[in-house]
Amino acid sequence: MIALLLKLFWCFFVIGLFNFGGGGAMISLIQNQIVEVHGWLTEAAFTDIVAISQTTPGPIGINCATYVGYQVMHDAGFSNLVAVVGSASATFAVVLPSFIIFWVLMRAFNRFHDDPRFVTVMSALKPAVAGLIFAAAVILCLHVTMDGLTPQISVIAENFPDWTSWALFAGAFIATYFFKANPIYVILAGGILGLIIY
Amino acid sequence: MATGNSNASIWQIFGVFSKIGAFTIGGGYAMIPLIEREMLQRKWIAPDEIDDVVVLAQSAPGLLAVNMAIFAGHKIRGIRGAVAATIGAVLPSFVMILLIAMFFTAFRENAIVQRIFQGLRPVAIALILVPAVNMALKSRTKWWAWVITVATVIAVAFLKVSAIWIILAVLACSLGLAMAREGRSK
Repeated sequence: MIALLLKLFWCFFVIGLFNFGGGGAMISLIQNQIVEVHGWLTEAAFTDIVAISQTTPGPIGINCATYVGYQVMHDAGFSNLVAVVGSASATFAVVLPSFIIFWVLMRAFNRFHDDPRFVTVMSALKPAVAGLIFAAAVILCLHVTMDGLTPQISVIAENFPDWTSWALFAGAFIATYFFKANPIYVILAGGILGLIIY
Repeated sequence: MATGNSNASIWQIFGVFSKIGAFTIGGGYAMIPLIEREMLQRKWIAPDEIDDVVVLAQSAPGLLAVNMAIFAGHKIRGIRGAVAATIGAVLPSFVMILLIAMFFTAFRENAIVQRIFQGLRPVAIALILVPAVNMALKSRTKWWAWVITVATVIAVAFLKVSAIWIILAVLACSLGLAMAREGRSK
């Protein structure tokens, strides 16, 4: 139990330390580390957590870290109390690096956002972070395994069982991207439609 | 950067930030106007300093909401103010998520909950995609930015490279490039 808690803490500390793009980037990092690297949660379970994090008040990255911390300990077969400790340590671990970075930036640069080195590094990181978030969305849609050099691709059936779920996906994207709809309403609409359709 | 230029108590800072944390849906960007208004109304931060806090918090790595709490709290009461503001901003969502997690874990197998989440999942994934498209299309005059984005997607989604290695590699390369450029201009 202690070993898993420490692993969880370290994992979220690293996620907090390497998060360069706000909440969306943090979701991609949590997905990469928790689902892909450690296999602590399934794609479907993680997608549910993301949906809840997007609708609950507060920062999405924090919501997701708190929830994942709880779920990982719970799914490993530990009691509710241990799961609460897990979510507390994940939340603490993900916030802690921000203090370290703040302290370093304050010490090292008087006005770090004007520093040419900082500007160059951030302009290179931004497209990488966009790629990470893209990859996170792809991995939640498709199962990709490499057979030598040819990728074997299949749809993740728990997230996309039929064509209506792809229609919901397309509709939600168009509504938020092109029509700037409030994500909260889009998610609520998704839930209501799910209840009606399935 | 001047610190501790207000007589606000640690508990007051905690209270104000927990109120902001409890009532903003949608993460960091939604918090900015709320924090600005509270800070100015209470005269905790001067009008000419508030922009500085927002710009610094946005350009620093990490979660915007946490950065805003750290930078604003630090301006009000130094490092203790920063800790109080951050705990305040995080605590409400922590408690709310815990309650939801306990409830949802108990009702996960329920048929109605299953149907609702069947509808929610594709929507949640679409909402992950939106900021990525926005980020990718912004400041897209440089060809190498596309190369970095596409290479990252292939490496992470297809070749299963850990995201941490990607960020470390980009950090190291860009920092080396910036140093080299600096050396040349001297």
